[in-house]
Amino acid sequence: MRRVVVTGLGLVTPLAVGVEESWSRILAGKSGAGPITQFDTEGLATTYACEVPRGDGTDGTWNADLWMEPKEQRKVDTFIQFGIAAADMAVADSGWTPTEAEDLERTGVLIGSGIGGLNSIANTAILMNEKGPRRVSPFFVPGALINLISGQVSIKHGFRGPNHSVVTACSTGAHAIGDAARLIQWGDADVMIAGGAEAAICKIGIAGFNACKALSTKRADDPQAASRPYDQDRDGFVMGEGAGIVVLEEYEHAVARGAKIYGEYLGYGLSGDAYHITAPSEDGDGARRCMEMALKRAGLTPADVDYVNAHGTSTMADTIELGAVERLLGDHAKNVTMSSTKSATGHLLGAAGAIEAIFSILAIRDQVAPPTINLDNPAVTPKLDLAPNKKVERKIDVALSNSFGFGGTNASLVFGKVR
Amino acid sequence: MSDVAERVKKIVVEHLGVEEEKVTENASFIDDLGADSLDTVELVMAFEEEFGIEIPDDAAENIQTFGDAVKFISEAA
Repeated sequence: MRRVVVTGLGLVTPLAVGVEESWSRILAGKSGAGPITQFDTEGLATTYACEVPRGDGTDGTWNADLWMEPKEQRKVDTFIQFGIAAADMAVADSGWTPTEAEDLERTGVLIGSGIGGLNSIANTAILMNEKGPRRVSPFFVPGALINLISGQVSIKHGFRGPNHSVVTACSTGAHAIGDAARLIQWGDADVMIAGGAEAAICKIGIAGFNACKALSTKRADDPQAASRPYDQDRDGFVMGEGAGIVVLEEYEHAVARGAKIYGEYLGYGLSGDAYHITAPSEDGDGARRCMEMALKRAGLTPADVDYVNAHGTSTMADTIELGAVERLLGDHAKNVTMSSTKSATGHLLGAAGAIEAIFSILAIRDQVAPPTINLDNPAVTPKLDLAPNKKVERKIDVALSNSFGFGGTNASLVFGKVR
Repeated sequence: MSDVAERVKKIVVEHLGVEEEKVTENASFIDDLGADSLDTVELVMAFEEEFGIEIPDDAAENIQTFGDAVKFISEAA
């Protein structure tokens, strides 16, 4: 099987726009949460979220003008803007900017989103109701469709290889990266731009997840303390937004062009719970099976795992995943560090698996496990180190990243140092 | 320039992101101002909104240039 390495990274997160900016803030234990600024939260049970910080583009803020012309911005929902920006970053970082037809045809794009243009859909429905169907913009549909990040990125960069997308709720980003890696392994492409983007912090988005009783509601007075995975006082997830994109590349291809290699994609596992539309199976069976498959594909055993980037959303499901990981690792658990970076970023839904894959790769690069912030009183006594409130400098040769989504859809990715 | 022409020009500049000097009488939205077929649909919608008129699809198809738009709107409004 062809080997796949990671040669480019791009991040738009609630901590910052930019890979190193986001990562340094994660390691410093910062939170991206705050009161919602992008719309009036009147009547909502949750009034805070992890928004991408808006600004003039300096100090890690988001300024859409730096990424797209104003006339193009109007034609796409925010989740597509975040995706295009993170993809631009990742492509620039990789140095892969081919011009030959053959190279362009061997470069594909596979970027997903959990929900897509929710805010555009809601606003267009209101507009149509008020002014009639003739006022619906011709850019409404192509500006809200999930696969249009892949479409836009391919058009912008001329990448004419496989053009695909994933929609698996909160597992989207992980599935996109895993599926893209397989396209390279199978020889369908040499380079894939892969990941996820999300921008569902809008009134109907918050209202919908509030109705599912999924969001934290009790921390309006201190939003930065709201996302607290594994803590006994957690009360739901905090919604995040942004995008994470990686450039995946066939190993020999990367070596031949002298590319900077962050790490190696080693394995990918998938499973279904067949249990409940929003809750994970209580025995964590689906989580365990997808982790096992990912390690098997990597040619590794649980004893090889050094770091786990958990799904850990700050909901009741945290301890189900923790139990599944502990059972998988057995006695080796005491040697492993597991953290949830959602404590800092909130839950980016369809982008979560992608940004967390990037954090896992950076954990390997820098030999440091990012902290689980706000973990003051663990709900259970963990058998592994959850990196409470402080980063942990340690050996990390192999990292496992978990993502689980509504519908009982699970994905795990394994990354390692290049062997 | 008439009031209608000024308002039409403002919409064209804003929607197509072009410089004002390029929006001349015979400037074609598609050939000269970089619009695609979806841009022209949106432009016509913006004209309808701005001037409170309805531009039927067959009439919209004949609005190819800035001058066409000003002429049609001046007669309809």
